[in-house]
Amino acid sequence: MKRRSRDEIAARVARDIPEGTYVNLGIGLPTLIGNHLPKDRDIFLHSENGILGLGPAPAKGAEDEDLINAGKQPVTLLTGGAYFHHGDSFAMMRGGHLDICVLGAFQVSAEGDLANWHTGEPDAIPAVGGAMDLAIGARQVFIMMEHVTKAGEPKIVARCTYPLTAMHCVDRIYTDLAVIDVTDRGLKVVEMVDGMQLDELQRLTGAPLALKGER
Amino acid sequence: MIDKTFQSFEAAVADIADGATILIGGFGNAGMPTELIDALITHSARDLTIVNNNAGNADAGLAALLKTKRVRKILCSFPRQTDSWVFDGLYRAGEIELELVPQGNLACRIEAAGAGLGAIFTPTGYGTLLAKGKETRRINGRDYVLEMPIHGDYAFIRAERGDRWGNLVYRKAARNFGPIMARAANCTIAQVREIVPLGALDPEVIVTPGIFVQRVVQARKERP
Repeated sequence: MKRRSRDEIAARVARDIPEGTYVNLGIGLPTLIGNHLPKDRDIFLHSENGILGLGPAPAKGAEDEDLINAGKQPVTLLTGGAYFHHGDSFAMMRGGHLDICVLGAFQVSAEGDLANWHTGEPDAIPAVGGAMDLAIGARQVFIMMEHVTKAGEPKIVARCTYPLTAMHCVDRIYTDLAVIDVTDRGLKVVEMVDGMQLDELQRLTGAPLALKGER
Repeated sequence: MIDKTFQSFEAAVADIADGATILIGGFGNAGMPTELIDALITHSARDLTIVNNNAGNADAGLAALLKTKRVRKILCSFPRQTDSWVFDGLYRAGEIELELVPQGNLACRIEAAGAGLGAIFTPTGYGTLLAKGKETRRINGRDYVLEMPIHGDYAFIRAERGDRWGNLVYRKAARNFGPIMARAANCTIAQVREIVPLGALDPEVIVTPGIFVQRVVQARKERP
C-alpha cells in the first residue's frame, strides 16, 4: 500500500479545483495546494486579510511587509488581483461567493461536522481566526488531513470530541489514504490509494464507510 | 479652514481616558499603526479594552502595550502565534481578559457599529463554544447567532496617504481592518506615511472618506 505524501494529497486536491473558481486555501497543509494548481488555469486564490489573486512567494529580498497571506507569510499579487478590506473579505465567505475552501482538521464527523480550531485542553490558548467563517461560508468545504493521528487514532469519527468549528459543513475529505465524500447517506469512498482495501480503510476510520455508488 | 492633521502622535492620543475602548487596525504587522501604539504606551491611560485581529507579536507594538499591563481586555480572533509570548504569559497568569471572536464576526460586528445597527444575526459560530449562551434564530431555514456591535471610543489605523480633511488611501493588504474600524469609533486617528495637499487624492479611489476620520498624523520615519 502506498500512502500519499503531503504533496501528493495537495496535488490530488488541486485536480478537483476547476478553472474560474474562487478558492481559499487554509493555513498549514492546504497552502501546499497552491504549488500544484496548473499554471494554465485561471483560479482566483482568496486570502482573509483582503486579497484576491494571490500569487506565489516573492523572491528573496523582494518581500513586502504590506503583502502577506493569512498565515502572515510574504506573498505576491497576480496581474488582475485586488485588495479590499476585512468587511468585504468576510462578505465573500459568509455571503456564499467563495466556491471552495480547503481546511485542515483535527476531526471530521460522519455528518460533516468539523473540529479544527481548539483542542479544548484547559491550558491551551484558543485561536480561531477565519476558520468558522470559511467553514460556514464557502459553497464547498474540502478537508485535507492525515487519515489518522500520530497515535494512530481515526480523525474521521462518528461524533467530534474536540470543540466544533461548524456543524454539517464538510463536503469532501482528502487524506493520505483515500478521498471520501460526506453525503446525506453517510461517508462514501470515492477512491483509495493503490493497495488499500475498504475493510482496511474502515479499520482506520471511526464511522461507517461505503464505496461511492453503493448503498 | 478644517485641518485634521496633528503634529505629533503624543498630541493625537493625549485625551484618551482610562477605561477607553480602542480599535487597532492591522493584521500581524501589515497595517499596524505602531507609532500611535507607542504614543499610547507613553501616555498613562489604563484599564483599556483593545480590539485587534491578533494579540501582539514579539515585543514591540501591541505586545509592548500589553506588557504595560494597562490593557484589561482584548477582543481578537487569533491570539496564539509563535511569537505571542507577551499575551500568552498574561493570559496564563489571569492578567488579561480574552474575548475570542471569529474573524468574520469581528469584522461584521465592527461594521455593524459603524453602520448604526443594533445587532446582527450571523451564521458564523452557530453550534460552537463561541456561541454558547447567545440568542439564536432560524431564518429561512438557516441558523444564526445574535452578535452585538463593537464600537470604539478611538480607532488607531494606518493608511498610506491622507489629506487635511481626513480622506485616506491604503497600501496593499495593509488596508485590512482600517476602513471598517474608521467608521466604528467616536474618534479615528490615522497614522499615514504621507500627508498630501487637498485634491491630491483622486476622489474615485479614496477608500475612507474624511467623515470617518478625526485626526491624521504623519509617520515620523517618513518625515524629511
